[in-house]
Amino acid sequence: MNVAEPQSSLARWIYRAYIAVFLIYLVAPLVAAGVFAFNDSMFPMLPWKGFTLGWFFGNSGEQIGMFHDPRLLDGLLNSAEIGLMVAALSVLLGTCNAFLFERCDFPGKRFLYIVMIIPLVIPGVILGISILLLASMVANWASNSLNIELDLLRPGVFLIVLGQASFLTTITSLVIAARLGKFDISLEEAALNLGASRFRALRTVTLPYLMPALVSAFIVAFLVSFENFNTTVMLVGSKAPLTITMYDRMVRVGSTPVLNAVSFFLMIASGGLAVLSLFVQREKTEMRATQR
Amino acid sequence: MNARTGRLTLILLLAPFVMWIGLLILLPQLDILAISLRRQVTFGHYTFSLINYINFFGEPIYWGTLLHTAFVSVLVTFLALVLGFPIAYYIAKIARRRSRAALFLICLVPLWVSDLVRAFGWIILLRETGLVSQFLQDIGLVSQPVEMLYNETTVIIGLVYTVVLFMIVPLVSTLSALDDSLIEAGLNLGGSRMTVMRRIVVPYAMPGVVAGCIIVFMLTAGSYLTPILLGGKNGMWFTGLIYDQFITRYDWEDGSTFGVLLLVFTTVAVWLGLRLTGQSLASTVAKRGE
Repeated sequence: MNVAEPQSSLARWIYRAYIAVFLIYLVAPLVAAGVFAFNDSMFPMLPWKGFTLGWFFGNSGEQIGMFHDPRLLDGLLNSAEIGLMVAALSVLLGTCNAFLFERCDFPGKRFLYIVMIIPLVIPGVILGISILLLASMVANWASNSLNIELDLLRPGVFLIVLGQASFLTTITSLVIAARLGKFDISLEEAALNLGASRFRALRTVTLPYLMPALVSAFIVAFLVSFENFNTTVMLVGSKAPLTITMYDRMVRVGSTPVLNAVSFFLMIASGGLAVLSLFVQREKTEMRATQR
Repeated sequence: MNARTGRLTLILLLAPFVMWIGLLILLPQLDILAISLRRQVTFGHYTFSLINYINFFGEPIYWGTLLHTAFVSVLVTFLALVLGFPIAYYIAKIARRRSRAALFLICLVPLWVSDLVRAFGWIILLRETGLVSQFLQDIGLVSQPVEMLYNETTVIIGLVYTVVLFMIVPLVSTLSALDDSLIEAGLNLGGSRMTVMRRIVVPYAMPGVVAGCIIVFMLTAGSYLTPILLGGKNGMWFTGLIYDQFITRYDWEDGSTFGVLLLVFTTVAVWLGLRLTGQSLASTVAKRGE
């Protein structure tokens, strides 16, 4: 018998019913967004007019599928490009931070650790506007005083990458530091005793151990970047990522089933990546179990 | 390792941290603070002034929107806690191994789906021509289409939906660590189920509760898509005002002022939450990484 569970069967039954209702609440909007991608109709609503893949692959008449819509495709590619850069940058920074807080001792360490967490509790919109304003100020100043055009600091991919990395670095730092904290330092010492250089010990012992955390931090950063809207919308230039394109379409054109197709695609892709990241995490716990 | 290489390592590792925090967090925040405290005299020339803040508090729509956002954020946080706690408790303490993993996975997957997709799903369900309206007509409860978008209740339902998973995840991780024998001991010593819940389970879960509340509150107060898409044009939401100032009016001074006020407001709320519960940022939010 499970002591944590309610004892009367009525209470248990109500509890389970609540869980079921909650799961329906979780899933209903996702199902609604996804299922109409396959409806052969001009509008994402009932009645059901038959199954079609036209909103994905269609290329005729009014039914232009997402893979033949140049703006949506561009958005997808831009999002992927931004996501990869953000993930690489924030994993790199996160790894440095992990070593800084797990391996070094210095005055003010506890304070700086809190500082490292702060970006997570700043609303995304504020990160977006503040980086936009600072970058614009520097770019304006360079343009007026030095006659140099710093196009990188104008709204665009570079600023989006910086804006998203500003808070994702906190997440990657925490993920990587958690794993580095469990590393048995005597393994590294053994490598050094056996004559390895510090760099070699790092490359052949420590980094392979960290790899699951690095991969999972990379995937998490990529996913969050891919779906981010609040910070991105302030920094976007001519190359818009998918969420911005989709939002524009929703607000200006109204919803057509091609947006359901994009939603379905995003759900499958991010769901798949999320499961992959959990899988990497599980590998890591299994490895830890076998080490003991 | 001698002292000199140790020092060099420290400097090399500290440099990226300082660049990150300095250039991407600290300087930009100071910049919007500076911009919020200035007034344009002639083109390109500015002077220090509190006029933007005075304007803010002189305009009931502005501070009313901030108050409204604050109130809804607190309400959403409370609802997410009340609705999420039983789910987290079930996953952590009652479900058997396999169904636990499955339930947790179901709870995690929507976490990774963009806000935009979730709001879009709600629109398809709740608008006049949507599924719920259609369903109510089919079963004969209503005789004509009903519009369920663009009202406060829908915004709150949508916001709770968007953030409740961020409540459940930290709760599950703290509750999982609670040993069943503590509950058993409480029951054996004559505590009722309510007492055990109140005196043992909830205090034990407190770091998770605080972490969840902070994250949920921040996400709600800073959210944009859900309140704007589900609440429509006249839904009063503070981030909506900020975007308006920047995107449609190009008013940097007012926009920065609103941004600073939102930041001050959320910081004070988080600080109060930590203070009242005796937790710290490191013991709550940072646990997310593990």
